[in-house]
Amino acid sequence: MNEKPWMMSAPALTLFGVLLLVPLCMTFFLSFNSFGFYTGIENTVSMENYAEVVSDSYFWEIFGRTFAIALATTFFCALLGVPQAYILYRLSPAWRSIVVLIVIGPLLISVVVRTLGWAILLGNNGVINSALQNWGLIERPIKMMYTSGGIVLALTHVFLPFMVLAVWAALQRKDPAVEAAAESLGARPFTIFRRIVLPQVIPGILSGSLIVFSMAASSFATPAILGGRRVKVVATTVYDEFLNTLNWPLGAAIAMLLLASVMVIMLAWNRLVERRYGEALE
Amino acid sequence: MAFLEAHGLTKTYGETNAVDNLTFTVEKGSFVSLLGPSGCGKTTTLQMIAGFEDPTMGKIKLAGRDLSAIPARDRGLGIVFQSYALFMHMTVAENVAFGLEMRNVDKAERKRRVADALELVHLGHLANRYPRAMSGGQRQRVALARALVIEPELLLLDEPLSNLDAKLREEMQLELRRIQREAGVTTLMVTHDQSEALAMSDRVLVMEKGRLQQEDSPFEVYERPRTSFVSTFLGKSNNFEAELKSVSPTASQLLIGGRALTGPTVNLTPGTVEVAVRPERIEIVDAAEAVITGTVRERIFLGAQWMMNVATPLGDMLVIRRNAGRREAEIGDTVHLSWAPEHMRILPLNEVAA
Amino acid sequence: MNQNGRFSQVFNILFCAFMLAPIVVVMGVSLTPEGFLEFPPSGISLRWYQAILDNPDFIEAAWISLKLGIVAATVASVLAVPAALAIGQGKFKGREALQALFLSPLMVPTVVLGIAFLRFLSLFGLNGTFTGLVLCHAIIITPFILRLVLAAVVGLDRTVDRAAESLGASNWTIFRRITLPSILPGVIGGWVLAFITSFDELTVTVFIVNPATTTLPVRMFSHITQTTDPLVASVSALTVIFTIILMVAVDRMYGLDRLLIGEGKK
Ligand SMILES: Nc1ncnc2c1ncn2[C@@H]1O[C@H](COP(=O)(O)OP(=O)(O)OP(=O)(O)O)[C@@H](O)[C@H]1O
Ligand SMILES: [Mg+2]
Repeated sequence: MNEKPWMMSAPALTLFGVLLLVPLCMTFFLSFNSFGFYTGIENTVSMENYAEVVSDSYFWEIFGRTFAIALATTFFCALLGVPQAYILYRLSPAWRSIVVLIVIGPLLISVVVRTLGWAILLGNNGVINSALQNWGLIERPIKMMYTSGGIVLALTHVFLPFMVLAVWAALQRKDPAVEAAAESLGARPFTIFRRIVLPQVIPGILSGSLIVFSMAASSFATPAILGGRRVKVVATTVYDEFLNTLNWPLGAAIAMLLLASVMVIMLAWNRLVERRYGEALE
Repeated sequence: MAFLEAHGLTKTYGETNAVDNLTFTVEKGSFVSLLGPSGCGKTTTLQMIAGFEDPTMGKIKLAGRDLSAIPARDRGLGIVFQSYALFMHMTVAENVAFGLEMRNVDKAERKRRVADALELVHLGHLANRYPRAMSGGQRQRVALARALVIEPELLLLDEPLSNLDAKLREEMQLELRRIQREAGVTTLMVTHDQSEALAMSDRVLVMEKGRLQQEDSPFEVYERPRTSFVSTFLGKSNNFEAELKSVSPTASQLLIGGRALTGPTVNLTPGTVEVAVRPERIEIVDAAEAVITGTVRERIFLGAQWMMNVATPLGDMLVIRRNAGRREAEIGDTVHLSWAPEHMRILPLNEVAA
Repeated sequence: MNQNGRFSQVFNILFCAFMLAPIVVVMGVSLTPEGFLEFPPSGISLRWYQAILDNPDFIEAAWISLKLGIVAATVASVLAVPAALAIGQGKFKGREALQALFLSPLMVPTVVLGIAFLRFLSLFGLNGTFTGLVLCHAIIITPFILRLVLAAVVGLDRTVDRAAESLGASNWTIFRRITLPSILPGVIGGWVLAFITSFDELTVTVFIVNPATTTLPVRMFSHITQTTDPLVASVSALTVIFTIILMVAVDRMYGLDRLLIGEGKK
């Protein structure tokens, strides 16, 4: 009898089927095709693209760098975002609405614009280096552009709001009276945070970390602008294969490996979280 | 022929029978209550009449026509939901006008009828308010006006007063009855509150576990409960086991706690039965006239009445005595209890003693 | 009441400074009278804003982004609202799978989406067309609308629908007069979020535009990868101002945090 929900979802389902599932499958098949410089994409089926990626240390380096950057970004987001979410939670409502705009608002501002800001800040003649030189703290500029460190810094800025939001949501789910209860038992503010608040928001931190990690691992604009050709990550490599080298099958294979590794990490992470915190999440 | 008829109405959810073979009728213009404890299937019954649930079995007829093929929106019934289900984004007047709009009533007439309906529920002055800014009692009356304005053949009310505080509930009982009478609309009301059912209805249908237990006037269900469940659900009752020795067309012979007593006649075969006596019908008498003797265990003064709990060989008995301005038995006193034979209700034995 | 200690207040200030730094820098640089990037600017001039007017590329791209955002967000809303009603109100087999499918664009790395769309569109000659952009953007932004509308739908009282039905309303009337007005804040919030997401989208779009349909982020991106001059800073500053206006508007209406967490209006 229940066909009404399907009728109502039919338009969206059609769009997603035709324009999401089909293209993803096509890309999957594309990754098994081969590519000749003069012949273009050849409709053969082989594992050669995957073999090429797996056997070449150049690609290992790119994948290694990508996940190292993602991991470092996740770490810094958690380190800064968790306390900030708690501070936000404890602000007076008037201040909170202002700080929310400042902390979360940048999420809505184009990543290109924000990365441009970081490029201006981090360049050899950039704001930070000039200031440090003017104050006589350094003699020669510190190289920050075209380094993994610069990318991590900018990506931390880009994804911090997601961490704050995830922890913020977890904070709002907890019973506001528990801190007062802990205080009435004689706990100091830092102890309250560490022993009472933190354990309760761990599910939020974990889900925030997952979001940040997966987005950082596949981020494109920031590494492309701050890393250029020199510091390549998976996403920029795929971009080059598709739009410069035109070796689509190889690019598709790299992308599929990225998709697979992100999916595996996400599923494993979810498993872990569910096993460890399944009951607490109820 | 009755106005609303339900024949063998049954609704099954998986294994459970939410409503089990329910047959009843409602006369035109009358106010009938469907009374029963929580979960006994009242809402389910009402939803089947309204057309929001399909009966598993059975038929519903309204003014002679079978309702089963008619969708809810074409049944033309007025329904007041337990939660009122007001349209929160519309003003009171817009809420009430909605049903008329659906019937393509023209604007001038719509305005007049909305005003009349709001007048009926004494809310004319709040026509442009939003429901959010109204009290529970006012919202309830908006819901009522919205249901009545379409001049339904039948008004269905699902626990319309259960969200109100005690004082407001009493006021609204009178108000609802007045409105029902003025509008002259046949009404079926669901409630789990026995005093509400007794106070408002022409007839009461008592349900338990999906089954109809008794259908009678309020006075009859209270005075002549036909099952142990009805006797205890409506008002307070002392129920105990007794031996039915014999039955004649005018009387019956009972053995209660070793004493032979004559009771009213009953349509039961001799054997173990249950006897129910209302606490206010029990008298305290001299030792010689006693049916049973016990010790006062608790005594509560209620102003107009005394309520006593007396431990007897038949079990604890509740006794209610009018406050006649004199001293009553104290806790620990021995008292002798008796009652007139006609105040005994002899019922089939209920396995699960209430 | 502010319950934070001194240390927390310092942390808060530094954190806010960190979040604002790159944005403030871009805005500052855009005001320089010089021909190179300079912060703080040595003077205040609108020279580089004027320069935008001499660069029809940027203006053209901004128009495309604006149109694209509006059309894609509208298409996505029209698709997502009935789907959210079905998922939020119905109990049917496959409901969770359906929801997972509609949220999946959030899970798949955007580069993967980009090349998948490129592959598909180029096979059908749709690559670089406005239609192609609209459809792909609609897919990417549907999850945002779906989440917010779903939150609104779950909070709906179904007996209100029944009340309307008992008064004679048809399914369409119930949707138009009862359901839609109740979920409207969620729909509008979702639309705005979807619009902004589409307006800012780079990673997918960069694969599927051609010179005639280049969007503003793609235009800015290719400009920055070649040279960083104050021109792109002034364009950026304008998009920041535009976004802030939208942002403050939705924050007033819906609450920015709830919009982005994807929770319903309380
Ligand atoms: N959709 C359903 N699926 C399964 N069981 C149901 C469903 N609706 C009701 N029931 C069951 O049917 C029985 C009757 O429910 P109903 O809502 O009619 O009770 P009620 O008399 O109105 O109770 P209350 O006074 O609490 O409102 C209950 O045991 C309930 O659990
Ligand atoms: Mg009920």
